[in-house]
Amino acid sequence: MTHYSLGDEPSDRFLDRFRLDERFPHILCPGCGIGTAMATLVRTLQELGRDPTKLCVVSGIGCSSRVPGYLDCDTFHTLHGRSLAAATGVKLARPDLEVIVFGGDGDTLAIGGNHFIHAARRNLDLNVFVINNRTYGMTGGQYSPTTPTHDIAATAPWGNCERDFDICFMARAAGAMFVARSTTYHVAHLKKMMKLTLTKTGFSVLEIVSQCPTLYGRHQRIGDGVAMLKWMKEKSVDVGKVKDPWGESERFVIGVLHDREEVLPYTKLYQQVREKAAGEQR
Amino acid sequence: MTPQLLSGNEACAIGGLRAGVRFFAGYPITPSTEIAEYLARELPRVGGTYIQMEDEIGSICCISGATAAGLKAMTATSGPGFSLMQEGIGYSVMAELPCVIVNVMRGGPATGSPTRSAQADVMQARHGTHGDHPMVVVCPWSVRECFDLMVMAVNTSERLRMPVVVLTDEIVGHMRERVELPKTPETWRPANPKRPPETYEHYGDETNYDSRIASFGEGYRIHLTGLVHRHDGFPSDDPEVIKWNLDRLHRKVRDNESWLWDLTFEDLGADTVIVCYGSTARSALAAKRQFERKTGRTVGFLRLRMVWPFPLRRLVSLLRSTRRVIVPEMNMGQLNRSVERAVSPDVPVIPVLRYDGEMLTPEEIIDAL
Repeated sequence: MTHYSLGDEPSDRFLDRFRLDERFPHILCPGCGIGTAMATLVRTLQELGRDPTKLCVVSGIGCSSRVPGYLDCDTFHTLHGRSLAAATGVKLARPDLEVIVFGGDGDTLAIGGNHFIHAARRNLDLNVFVINNRTYGMTGGQYSPTTPTHDIAATAPWGNCERDFDICFMARAAGAMFVARSTTYHVAHLKKMMKLTLTKTGFSVLEIVSQCPTLYGRHQRIGDGVAMLKWMKEKSVDVGKVKDPWGESERFVIGVLHDREEVLPYTKLYQQVREKAAGEQR
Repeated sequence: MTPQLLSGNEACAIGGLRAGVRFFAGYPITPSTEIAEYLARELPRVGGTYIQMEDEIGSICCISGATAAGLKAMTATSGPGFSLMQEGIGYSVMAELPCVIVNVMRGGPATGSPTRSAQADVMQARHGTHGDHPMVVVCPWSVRECFDLMVMAVNTSERLRMPVVVLTDEIVGHMRERVELPKTPETWRPANPKRPPETYEHYGDETNYDSRIASFGEGYRIHLTGLVHRHDGFPSDDPEVIKWNLDRLHRKVRDNESWLWDLTFEDLGADTVIVCYGSTARSALAAKRQFERKTGRTVGFLRLRMVWPFPLRRLVSLLRSTRRVIVPEMNMGQLNRSVERAVSPDVPVIPVLRYDGEMLTPEEIIDAL
């Protein structure tokens, strides 16, 4: 596969990790935050020196789930909501591979919610990046499980009457070992959080609050991509500056919210099962 | 080899194991659970993996992940679980991932009759997932055949890179018979991918099924998707690519029909032939024997070991002198429609149907003879 950088400047070596040659331009709208998250993931992998042949990025369906299609490693674009179930199979079959799950709020928490809580409960050694743009972007801006109450959406023209999920709170409650949040405005912070997520053992979740100016921003009258970035900047607060990181409903608490490797990852525990089974007759 | 007393479900599990299955993901459901229980005990002993997923949707997607990462994988379920798996089966067809799904049929629709038997998923096994797709479905009638067809299903799914359904029912699954099972059945041992990673195309192989496709973690950096895709696996909505992709999926089965088709028969020279499959074939054979003893007239017997792809052209030639066809089924009439297409319109195709959860008896079939 031949690679070239976006300009004449070959210094942007990180772009080599993209399948630039014919996959670009990508499908994302102008002003979308998913590209920022994708580029930050590539930079993070570059800085961590990860081997692309030992890396598998799994996704479901949606705008965020298109990311694996632009990465130059093993990539698995599965069914809507099923990324975690498929990633479970990949990780159990090849525990030596680094498995990253990349998806949006609808894909991971609505249709894939059941797989999310059970993958967390099992403590599979997976790195889950959830892009939270509070909407179903690919289908045209319908309300999602993370759309706040009273917000306007294509399927909530009179205001959303449902409550929204706190992704991080649910991940922690379901048994995730590492839970963090960042935004696509705080790029340096995002990279730091991605690095931490990728170096932790066990089920690790990073919520990436992102902007969808085309649909969510327009419905809420926040404005374009730049206006939404400013909106995220104003709405975010560092975890060190709040009393109770789980009690904030109006602001995005960013930083590491939960970090406790208390049980062995599933693959290690299952290896113990194998050893026990091989040694005993029943 | 020592003879064992085994159930059909256990024979399915052993067949999978000895054909090289090293991964099982499933969810408990009557009357298939014994398969999961057997593999939960045996898979870790041979370095394999058993995982109980949160539902059947998770199960089928989990095994697609395991096969994408290079393992032979299977799952087992029954009616409601099989319904939940349909989208995932379609994914395996589209991404060309091998896997074997055992559906131990029970009465439906919905929760139906969990502890009763039926053959009512014959059409679902063929057409259950959306979109035009080929399907390979085998249908054992005995404990030994559960083993044999399971091995065949694993080999076929690996070779054609698609899901294969082993359609048994509560009767075959829970029936116990004395069997001697081969320790090392013949398995398909493909060559490695023909091209190095630099020039590798995941769907570049048009007609050959003699080499395997690359898996995750082998350095090929493959992309798998359920979207219509090109030779290299990347999505496209170009009309030419869509047509090429669908043709490719169907051609795999169509071009190999002659060696795929699997049926047994005897006395096809008789005026009346019973066409049957699965557990009802046991009653059909008993009916043939009893009827012949009583009347001295011969009855033809044709049993499909593989119901899909339907062996239409073979049946057309095998049934060309037949005057009357009897199709016993434990449903409200599913495969008899396909059999009708194999004979001329003036040959009556008489369904003998039972759908009260009880086994079709030889007497009921004799009444139709």
